[in-house]
Amino acid sequence: MFQKSFLLFLEINMNIASKLIRYSKNKNISSLIPRHASTFTYVPEAPPVAGETKKINFFQALTDAMDIAMGSDQSALIFGEDVHFGGVFRCTMGLADKYGKERVFNTPLCEQGIVGFGIGLATAGATAIAEVQFADYIFPAFDQIVNEAAKYRYRSGNLFDCGSLTIRSPCGAVGHGALYHSQSPEAYFAHTPGIKVVVPRGPSQAKGLLLASIRDKNPVVFLEPKILYRQAVEEVPTGDYELPLSKAEVVVPGSDVTIIAWGTQVQVVREVGQMAKEKFGVNCEIIDLRTILPWDEETVIDSVLKTGRLIIAHEAPLTGGFAGEIASTIQEKCFLNLEAPIQRVCGIDTPFPHVFEPFYLPDKFKCLEAVRKVIEF
Amino acid sequence: MASKFRFGSNLYRCYSRLIAPSRLTKVNGGCHRYFSASASLKQNQAEAELVGHYPGHGRLEFTTNLDIIDPTLFKQIPVYQILDTNGNLIGDPSEVQLSEETLLKIYEKMLTLNQMDKILYESQRQGRISFYMTCYGEEATHFGTATALDFNDLVFAQYREAGVLMWRGFTLDNFMNQCYGNEYDEGKGRQMPVHYGSNRLNFVTISSPLGTQMPQASGAAYAMKMKGANNCVICYFGEGAASEGDAHAAFNFAATLDCPVIFFCRNNGYAISTPANEQYRGDGLVSRAPSYGMAALRVDGNDILAVHNATKKAREIAITKNRPVIVEAMTYRVGHHSTSDDSSAYRSAHELKYWKEVDSPINRLRAFLENKGLWNEEAETAAKKSIMKDIMAAFGRAEKAKKPPISDMFTDVYDEKPERLQKQYDELLEHIQKYPDQYPTGQFQS
Repeated sequence: MFQKSFLLFLEINMNIASKLIRYSKNKNISSLIPRHASTFTYVPEAPPVAGETKKINFFQALTDAMDIAMGSDQSALIFGEDVHFGGVFRCTMGLADKYGKERVFNTPLCEQGIVGFGIGLATAGATAIAEVQFADYIFPAFDQIVNEAAKYRYRSGNLFDCGSLTIRSPCGAVGHGALYHSQSPEAYFAHTPGIKVVVPRGPSQAKGLLLASIRDKNPVVFLEPKILYRQAVEEVPTGDYELPLSKAEVVVPGSDVTIIAWGTQVQVVREVGQMAKEKFGVNCEIIDLRTILPWDEETVIDSVLKTGRLIIAHEAPLTGGFAGEIASTIQEKCFLNLEAPIQRVCGIDTPFPHVFEPFYLPDKFKCLEAVRKVIEF
Repeated sequence: MASKFRFGSNLYRCYSRLIAPSRLTKVNGGCHRYFSASASLKQNQAEAELVGHYPGHGRLEFTTNLDIIDPTLFKQIPVYQILDTNGNLIGDPSEVQLSEETLLKIYEKMLTLNQMDKILYESQRQGRISFYMTCYGEEATHFGTATALDFNDLVFAQYREAGVLMWRGFTLDNFMNQCYGNEYDEGKGRQMPVHYGSNRLNFVTISSPLGTQMPQASGAAYAMKMKGANNCVICYFGEGAASEGDAHAAFNFAATLDCPVIFFCRNNGYAISTPANEQYRGDGLVSRAPSYGMAALRVDGNDILAVHNATKKAREIAITKNRPVIVEAMTYRVGHHSTSDDSSAYRSAHELKYWKEVDSPINRLRAFLENKGLWNEEAETAAKKSIMKDIMAAFGRAEKAKKPPISDMFTDVYDEKPERLQKQYDELLEHIQKYPDQYPTGQFQS
């Protein structure tokens, strides 16, 4: 068992290695070996809907969602770099065999082409599920996403839209991804009316949110925390289900401090909640924002009106990060209820570093320190 | 189409058959040392099959000549033409595929587009609309392509293709309403003038960012292929836009994914002030096609008959072979780039005069029609008078109409209005009510 999981672990690193070799001039593979343990432990969740379940990991849940989407919609297509053989993270395993090369296909290595092509597919009535291999490489497609996909419906007076486009992309820290295999670009997209931005925290969430994103009538940027691909395993409903977009979820109810996060960081702050209870006797309310844009103000406001204290944590750099948007909205809407300044525990305003990753991340100790601050204020 | 690429140099000589055997001998020699006779024979064959067989290109031949590919040795691709500049038929008469009736209709539409351009250009000069771009000199590329397409072929345009829409049935009122951004504009007054679009007419709404429509056109063509629709996509762009990364993406995706799309380049010599010789160093757009494995042809963009035939042929290849085709139409941008540009700052009056008077698509078609006794000065005067009357009537209607309701600023961002956006709408209405004199609410529908 240990050996098998080690092999899987090695495999994922080799996949990253192959990308690193393709994208960078540095071919030193030994530098890809992780240098420290991950900063969270994944806690399996209860299934979000009733019915039959099976124990699968995050990437398998995504495959499952795409399988259902492809089966229930004959116009659905999956494409991107290396998706035909199963994807460098195994997310599209078996789908090409099942649905054929014409529906699950590789594209040339060109992100602006992938997104532009996907917009065209969607405009002509197909359901387009595009993959950008790492969120770090989504920027060549920034123009197509921001100037085109996001504005298609608005600028045409609703004569045309690309609502059936979903762009999936692995994001977030992975232990050793350095500058271009670690980024969390959600805030860049949060400044763009017309698209939706979704980040799931675990397998069951990923499946339900991806199915909702694929079927949503707006273009969606679906960011998948890649460190969860194999680490997060739980009982996932086998059926076809959707989880609502633009709805945050109270993951752990509490009364003293509200902590908001999304993606992997939810797993980090979940542990912070336990530590805070043990060390300070403080009850933290943990909220998973799930959808960054358009975001669920109401759930956050309701929570802060109750707790009077707010901490927002994300991996992306502090300045211009989405925590800033939440913080300013909450100080406006909950001014009289706030009993301490809103704390933002974020990545540092540097590019995402390689060997310094343990110091860079807003880990549980940095978050716990923020809890202490808002309590003692 | 591939036969069009006859490169007039020694670059395509085959040397390698002469040297291939010696390479094979080397392989054989190596193998004998390690394998038994029967095993080595099998191995030899297997390895021999791989000689010169690169995953990057399949089988290639070898040469001992150190030949550097000199682009100047490639023969420039000629321009396909049927009508000369005086409107005389120089090609085979059987190549005239458009009926006299259609040609007369095209001529009338060319005049209409030309007159509409004049009125709207002037109206911008008078500050009545904010912006305009004329189509002067490129009318034949519009109507020549439009008449060669099926109505259900989807059009992705850049911004200087109004004639395509006109042919499909976009009315003078439709054009004017968009330029005025009034309550009758189907685009709801959100985009700058000349950013037309019509789902009814299968013409995807124009956007300003250059080249972005190109990979989208490839994607749409793929979707059409998957649907089994016997239709293609046509994507118009200028030679300047072809320098964008999106053009490269579009060509490569269309070729590798077998998309039925026609890439129609209006090579009019200028991208605003930048002449084409500062845009690229190759043989225009047509020479890029073989590097993507695409079919291509170059056509006289001021020859309506040639453009029509070229597009028809390209469409046939796209649909029957599921292959993309580049059509490069050589033409000239007679007007300024836009109303925000004075082109006399970067090009000569002499050059302009030639293209305006000698090599003009409208004059050329008129001469052809007159030679056939289908048109004369009298008909010209009557047509222009009638067209002008229609244009002025539509112009008056568009100018008098109100702007759309302010609520239209907030819809269609998403399929449904998010709560946060609804709040911003409510706040704006409240604010306007508080400061009624500061906003032009009277011009807008309530």
